Amino acid sequence: MFHVQRPQEAAFYRPVNSPNPQNIPARTVLNLEADAKAAFAADVHAISLRSLNKRFGSHEILRDVSLSVSTGTIFGIIGRSGAGKTTLIRIASLLEKADSGDVFYGGEPVSGARGQALLDARRRAGFVFQNFNLFASRTVFGNVAFPLEAAGWTKSDIEKRVGELLDLVGLTDKVDRPANRLSGGERQRVAIARALANHPKILFCDEATSALDPETTRSILDLIQSLSRRFGLTVLMVTHQMEVVRRICDEVAILSAGSIVESGTVDSVFANPKSEMGRRIVGEVSHD
Amino acid sequence: MTEIVSLVARPLWETLLMVFSSTAIAGILGGSLGLGLHYMANDRLSGHAAQLAIVKKIADRFINTLRSFPFIILMVLVLPLSRLIVGTSLGTVAAIVPLSVAASPFVARIVEASLSEIDPGVLDAAIASGASKRRILFAILIPEALPSLVSGITLTMITLVGYSAMAGVIGGGGLGDLAIRYGYQRFRTDIMISAVLVIIALVEGIQLCGNAITRGIRARR
Repeated sequence: MFHVQRPQEAAFYRPVNSPNPQNIPARTVLNLEADAKAAFAADVHAISLRSLNKRFGSHEILRDVSLSVSTGTIFGIIGRSGAGKTTLIRIASLLEKADSGDVFYGGEPVSGARGQALLDARRRAGFVFQNFNLFASRTVFGNVAFPLEAAGWTKSDIEKRVGELLDLVGLTDKVDRPANRLSGGERQRVAIARALANHPKILFCDEATSALDPETTRSILDLIQSLSRRFGLTVLMVTHQMEVVRRICDEVAILSAGSIVESGTVDSVFANPKSEMGRRIVGEVSHD
Repeated sequence: MTEIVSLVARPLWETLLMVFSSTAIAGILGGSLGLGLHYMANDRLSGHAAQLAIVKKIADRFINTLRSFPFIILMVLVLPLSRLIVGTSLGTVAAIVPLSVAASPFVARIVEASLSEIDPGVLDAAIASGASKRRILFAILIPEALPSLVSGITLTMITLVGYSAMAGVIGGGGLGDLAIRYGYQRFRTDIMISAVLVIIALVEGIQLCGNAITRGIRARR
């Protein structure tokens, strides 16, 4: 049930007629596509984190964290509050800098990027937050359009792409609504559409369903899974909810006190947790 | 009655000129200063909040010092500046200089406070979108803070109505000057009351407009 599915539709990832953002030279776009193919051929990891360390003052948040996520998989990082999950995903998504260690997207180092290179690297990944973090000053359309405006797309290309994205998340009828006049589930759908606007290959989810009720949680998870399967999207999600991991993740890592204590396929970690924290977390679920 | 109207008309125009021009100038100067202060203090935006802390501290001291001056003293202090900028240190236009100098640090603090109210998560979302800092500032942060910025500008204008009453000292004219020179010094109580009533109406009008704009923006969110 949790075997790692390789996406069959890599070519679908960027539709042939998709608009080419003006300020991105054609070469870059072509390279991205070539990279995607190369990644499949060589099974290069979409995301690799190497020896990440982070401390705030004397408090060690992350200690020598390394992990790799294969292209097209949904990878869950689970841990208690304070384990360093949020810091880890913020570093992986280039929102924060590690004290030492490197982040790679598709085999390319991105953690040292600055200026325009950093903006380009960030556009290769989308980020979905626990509290949605929509722009209250903008409508649904304006929220989804923002990353495209930032990447220099033309108005007509933006309109087309936003239409596609809202169709993908099932919100075409709410296009002109102020962003914060939606239900929690709808807001998270807008946030997902916004995160996917620039055709990223990576999606980061930080407790993306923790603010939602169980039914909405399931529908959002199913949406993320179907998007991942359909577009070969690699998803790295942190959560404290084991149900989330069990429902959609292919692989899982357990983070405890800033270190990864165990990782593997969801099946193997569930069936035979090796670490103390793994046994505790899996044990909690079986009581449900 | 017609005498009062003709006496009030010109000072009213002078007050409006002083208040609106100095608000506009302070909006630009103080607004930029406030943006700068917020940028320096916000590590998500600048990425170097620790290194910029010293610059921020100096800017803070400068603003606090400027805000500490009683306006009447500040007016005298910036006389040379008025002469330099508008060529004279007397009159309504010259009075705009000290008014702008007094209002700029006030606006800077208002802009700084409004921007820092924005949920840092919203800023994260903008950063994760791969947007440049300039775009984040102008396309996200300022629109997000707009209702609070409009309230702040309203507050600034009303404070400036009060300050402009002192502009008579350097020949700036205005309603306050009318109330003092005609009303108080020449014992024309009717003119004093009229001037004060017009000032009250002006303040009410500014507040009503500000509230209406803020309400309008909030209604669309």
